[in-house]
Order: sequence, then structure tokens, then C-alpha cells
Amino acid sequence: MTTYRDAVRTALQTLLREDPRVFLMGEDVGRYGGPYAVSKGLLKEFGEERVRDTPLCESTFVGAGIGAALGGMRPIVEVMTVNFSLLALDQVVNNAAVMRHMSGGQFEVPIAVRMATGGGKQLAAQHSHSLENWYAHIPGIKVLAPATVQDAHDMLLAAVEDPDPVFIFEHQMLYGMEGPLDTEATPPSPWKAAIRRSGSDVSLIAYGGSVHKALTAAEKLEKERVSAEVVDLRSLRPLDRETIVASVSRTHRAVVIDEAWKTGSLASEISAILAEDAFYELDAPVVRVCTLEVPIPYAKHLEEAALPQVDRIVEAAKRSVGGG
Amino acid sequence: MTLYISRDHALDLLRQMIRIRRLEEKSVELYSKQKIRGFLHLYIGEEAAGVGAMRALREDDNIVATYREHGQALVRGIPAGEIMAEMYGKANGCSGGRGGSMHLFSAKRRFYGGHAIVGGGLPIAVGLALADKMKGEARVTACFFGDGATDEGEFHESLNLAALWKLPVLFLCENNQYAMGTALDRHVSDSDIVNNPPAYGIPSESVNGMDVVAVERAVHNAVESVRETSEPRFLELRTYRFRAHSMYDAELYRSKEEVEEHKKHDPIANFQERAMSDELITQSDIDTIEADVAKEIAEAIEFAERGEWEPVEDITRHIYARDLS
Repeated sequence: MTTYRDAVRTALQTLLREDPRVFLMGEDVGRYGGPYAVSKGLLKEFGEERVRDTPLCESTFVGAGIGAALGGMRPIVEVMTVNFSLLALDQVVNNAAVMRHMSGGQFEVPIAVRMATGGGKQLAAQHSHSLENWYAHIPGIKVLAPATVQDAHDMLLAAVEDPDPVFIFEHQMLYGMEGPLDTEATPPSPWKAAIRRSGSDVSLIAYGGSVHKALTAAEKLEKERVSAEVVDLRSLRPLDRETIVASVSRTHRAVVIDEAWKTGSLASEISAILAEDAFYELDAPVVRVCTLEVPIPYAKHLEEAALPQVDRIVEAAKRSVGGG
Repeated sequence: MTLYISRDHALDLLRQMIRIRRLEEKSVELYSKQKIRGFLHLYIGEEAAGVGAMRALREDDNIVATYREHGQALVRGIPAGEIMAEMYGKANGCSGGRGGSMHLFSAKRRFYGGHAIVGGGLPIAVGLALADKMKGEARVTACFFGDGATDEGEFHESLNLAALWKLPVLFLCENNQYAMGTALDRHVSDSDIVNNPPAYGIPSESVNGMDVVAVERAVHNAVESVRETSEPRFLELRTYRFRAHSMYDAELYRSKEEVEEHKKHDPIANFQERAMSDELITQSDIDTIEADVAKEIAEAIEFAERGEWEPVEDITRHIYARDLS
């Protein structure tokens, strides 16, 4: 068994060993070992040229990553958390996403950007948000949310290999999670959703940290004779419409779990996809389980109340099934 | 003041400045005929800065420019026809009609674009220089930006990062005295822009950006120093924009007298006069250049007029390496 953190580190090591164009940069990725200890030991193995501690200037080090990618390198940029990444949004939206288009296909930006996302550690309103949907909104970039140890590893390899800018969101509650890692196996396409558990009564559609809450909810539902299928979206842009629609076409009910705020969320997007492509398959209204529309509070009981929890998913699924 | 350059050198500097001036004058006409749309930012008055700087750079050096980049693009070797076609929005434009006036690109000429987010090109330049340094290339990345960009956080962050990591970037600030319509002394606390870079340990110098020979010399010295030391340098090119910021500017923020005063320092007229008094060139040389350029621009317009519109079915091309839809 391997932790999610170690799986990301293993992928970083492989990439740094095998491709001289690859380097890692970000705040405290070197001597400190990474804010979430992901890059611990890499400075020693690869040196300061390839494991670069940056000044605190998200916009400029993400922009420099874009420039280095244009210049033929394969940079991996770590931004400490999604909230900090907002300082770099100019570079993401106005440069990384549009360079290929604006130049009529002459230039490409093969950069991989990793960042931690999500709540659950009482880190309050500037370190806990889920803003993946902001990124998933933007044509020209791709967005991945690995929920498993295997995906944490495989998706980073795929992101660096990809000729387009890829953003990877690692839920901060997952870094310590253990799971199997097979570095020899041929990984599935990162752009396809996965069925993590099969079921027949309702589809629980989730990504990142919420996948595990959905799986726990599915176990509880089973005890109440509700068979829940769990869909892990994996890729947030492009979204795998086919797998989502196929699952709901089997179960005829959908609960979408998303740690973002409900308004304008990916959960909203998926609901719209179901309305467009699976309307006549639905036996009940789609239900969204999202974070309450408040900044994430510090106090533990309030943070728990704000974020989607297993009980809320169970309740939503039962409502969906009961209302069928 | 004697120029101390050869006749061929003088002819080339003059030709390049006139090419830019005439291309842009024609662009204004075409704009009023609605052949060109969107924003059109003219470089008229600033030609000496672009021509002097570009001539001092090597073909292999990287260029990152702003949305006022027709001059740099033309001198770099992007054909006038491709620039004109790009402004028309035609598929034979240098960015395939996707960019327009503000986003001229050329991969084979290492022209990394016109950037229209003020300050946004600086981190890109730092990254290009980082790539070269890591790959052991002797190339310099020249980054153009205006005085307005020095207000931006990315300016200070980029200077800091380039100095900290010792990256071969030449920062070229074209100070045309206005951030759009806000005068220098109304947008920076210290209007002596050269005072900024030394705070990051970057050597900094100011040069008369209306004097093409002075610019070329200063940029030549700076770029060779960057090449030699692999460390950044900063040059302020003091210049002045004779025309409005863009085609939508009523110029309420400056007086006609101020503009007329600056026109006395017209980089083309002044250089012609000096080169003639040094007996480097004659009126007939100027006439020849003007005739050649007129022909070049006429052909450029023809190229743009002849160009095809990209089929709407191709609209999703160039978003990703492979179409995701």
C-alpha cells in the first residue's frame, strides 16, 4: 500500500529521472520538502536546477512555467493551494489557455500545474475552497482531479506527457490516504470517468475528495436496500458526458456531489448535461449536494456543516429514490 | 552630432522606420474603411525604439512584445502582407486570423507574440530565458513593455525572479510617457523608471528612444552584456506616441501643443536630416526607399485582400493539440 502523497512523489521521480526537460518549481518544493511533503527528498536527488524553490509570486512563477514550456521544457509547477492560484489566474486564462489559439497553432504550452484543493482541515476561508469549476470553465486547458492513489500517480505522468496545459487538483484530505499503486500497469485514459462501484438505483456522481464520501454513502445506502453506483469524474475538462449519461441511463436517478458552492458549480454543469442528454431517462429530479454558500468557517462543527458529508449524500439519495 | 555609421547602416535604419510608419498610416486608412477592426494601437512616433532595439538583437534571440508590436514584428521579418492579413482577420495572417493587430506571432522567427495584458508578457519572457539557461543555449530573451507595465506586480516579480535566478532577459521599457491616458507622474510614485531595477540588483540605463542610433548602441551593449553574463539588464527607451492610444481615444488627457512639441523630435525626420547632413544619404535615397515601401505596402494589402476567411467549421482548431469535441 502506498499513500497518495507518495504516489505523486513517485511520479515526480519517474518524470525527473526519465526526461531532462522536466523540472519542478513552486513555493517550498525544495528545502522544505513541499508544503504537503509531496516533494520531500527530490531536491537531494535532482539538485536546485530541477527542483526550484520560487519566491512568493504565483503569477510570475506560473507565467515563467508557461514561458519555459514555450521554450521547450516540460515544467511541473506546484501552487500551494487553489486559493493562492487565484493570483496566477491572469497567466492561466490570458496566456496558458490561449497561446495555441492566438498564435494560430504555432505555439503550445505543455505545462503541468498541481495544487491542493478542498476543505476539512480547519484551515478557514482562505485555504479551503474548491474552485476547480473556475478552471474547468476555460477552453484551452485541461483539468484533472485524481481521487485514488493510482490516479494521483498516473495522472501526473499523463499531464506532463500532454501537449496542452493540464491542471491537477489534489484534495488535501487525500494526501495521507493509502491505496494500491501499480507503476507497471498501463493506465486508463485520464480523460474518462470511472465507475468506482456499480449499482442500479441511483448514480452518485463525484470527483476528488468527494468520491470517498460517495463510496461511504453507497455502503450505508446498501444497508437500507438502495443500490448506489459511484461515478468518479476524474477529468473535469473535458467532462466524460458519455459515462455520466450511461450511468444515469442505467439507474435513472442522479445525485451530484461537489465540494464547490452550488451556484455555478460543476454539479450545475452535470445537472445540465443530464437535462440535455438524459432527460427522458430520469425518474426523479437531479439532486446536488454541494458546500453551503458560505466562506469555509474555521470552527470544526461549522466547517463540517458547510461541506458535503456522507449523511447529506445518503439523505439526498434516499430522497431521489423515494421520490421516483 | 555626427552619426558614425556606414551608409548602408543608415539606409537600413531609415528604411525600417519608414516601413513601420507607412504600414501604420495605411492601417489607419483601412481601419476607417472597416477593413481592419478591433483595437489598433499605433507605434507612430516610437519607431526609433523598435528599429534600434531589433537591429541590435540576433535572429536567434527570443522576442516578447506588447499589443503595440507592428514595428517589432515587421523588423523581425514577419512579411508586411502577413501582418496586414492578420489585421484583416484572414487565414493567411501571421496568426491565422486568430490574433489580430494585438497578437502577432511567428514561431520560426522566435516572435512570442503581441501580448495585450499589460505586464503579462514579462513572466513569459522570464520563463523563456529559464528554458534557454537550463538547455545551455546562448540566446537572449528581449522583452518589450511600456511604462504602464511598471505599475504591475508582475513587473516587479519578474525583475526579482530574473535577477534571483540569473536569467538572460533584456527588459526593454518603451516609456512613451502614458499608461493609456494616465501620464507617468500620475501613475508611478517615482517617474524615473530606471530607479526600479537596481532595487533587484539589475543594471539599468535610460536612452533617448527618439534617436535610432542611440537606441541601437545602448541595446547592443546591453544585449551583449546579458549574453556574456547570463544575467538580466534593463533599458528605458524614452519615447513618445504621436497618435492616440488606440482608434477609440479622444485624447482628452494631453494637449495638442504637447504633441506638437514632441513631433519636433520625430525620429524619422530627425534621422533623415542628420544622415543627410553627414552626407550618408541623399534625397534620392529617401525617394527610393519611399517608393520601395509604397510598393511593399500595396502588395501587402493585395495579399490581405486575396486571403481567405478561415471556414467557420474550423473554429475549434488550435484550442488543443487534438480536438476534444
